[in-house]
Amino acid sequence: MTKILTPADQFEVATRDGLWMSAADALRVTGFALKPEGMCRDEICVPMSAGSVKGAEIDVEAFWKKLGGPVIASDAGDVWALGAPADERNAALEGLQAPDFTLPDIDGTPRSLSELRGRKVFVATWASW
Amino acid sequence: MWQSLYAELKDKGFMVVAVAEESRGADHARPWIEQAKSEYWQLIDTEHRLEDLYNLSNVPQAIWIDEQGRIVRPPETAGSTDHFRRMDLKTRTMTPEDQAGRLAARQAYFDAVRDWVNTGKHALPADDARARLPKVTPRIAEARTRFRLGVWLRAHGSTAEGDRQMNEASTLHPESWSMWRQAADLDEVGKASGPDFWKRVQALGERPYYPPPKL
Repeated sequence: MTKILTPADQFEVATRDGLWMSAADALRVTGFALKPEGMCRDEICVPMSAGSVKGAEIDVEAFWKKLGGPVIASDAGDVWALGAPADERNAALEGLQAPDFTLPDIDGTPRSLSELRGRKVFVATWASW
Repeated sequence: MWQSLYAELKDKGFMVVAVAEESRGADHARPWIEQAKSEYWQLIDTEHRLEDLYNLSNVPQAIWIDEQGRIVRPPETAGSTDHFRRMDLKTRTMTPEDQAGRLAARQAYFDAVRDWVNTGKHALPADDARARLPKVTPRIAEARTRFRLGVWLRAHGSTAEGDRQMNEASTLHPESWSMWRQAADLDEVGKASGPDFWKRVQALGERPYYPPPKL
């Protein structure tokens, strides 16, 4: 199994020759579904070249790069990180709707920014280092 | 750090979310959180996810979000100043003038948050907020991806390879103090504020370490 790290999650997926995987796994990892017109999420479809789809298998590395996102593999090829495309991050921020996030508190309870709608929220980072 | 402000304003529809950018995890952050005796959320961000989502580059940075979930002030320095750069490194002390200057700047920032909650002041019009957003470049996007992989590799026993990925991340995005200092801290606690840190700070020259918020 291959470990795949996405910006907000991580997955164990059966892959071969890099990041070739089933369409079902590709949907799970990327949120995009394989359709005749390409890889689609909501109204967006990314056309796929003939070389990056074989039957119901997809080269997710090729797809992710076409989307404009970075793809970095570990030396052994057993862990891959798919990063958010710069354009996607910029578009989200320029829309000024605060991107939602879910993070654990000190006791492990998950908390989401969206739970605080209706209040003014001051989000501040810190670190021990 | 924000408890007094929170206690004062919590009944006015105000919430504080403190996020620890802490790849060593919750237990490492716990002593500070317990000492803060805070009633607001204290969240742990081992992968620096918030920095990725909001394009952050240092701590402390804050984002102001209104009742509709809109960003009314993009990421900016939250109460810290560059006075520390003139500190006497032997005694770790600042001059009384610098201490006073630092305190005044922090107070001014606290006052701004208070004004925002009470009157809406300092919330930026959409165009101004947009203009102040730091842009994500493809290099920054790659840096964050390598950082994410590096944190994972380090946490799973591949220390040298994780280090290498984190170093490459810092090379791609040298303006991010968070990535560089987190990597240094993972290497050895204390290293994030050791001699290499001070060298990097000195290399800034006239550029700020904590760009002051434009209030």
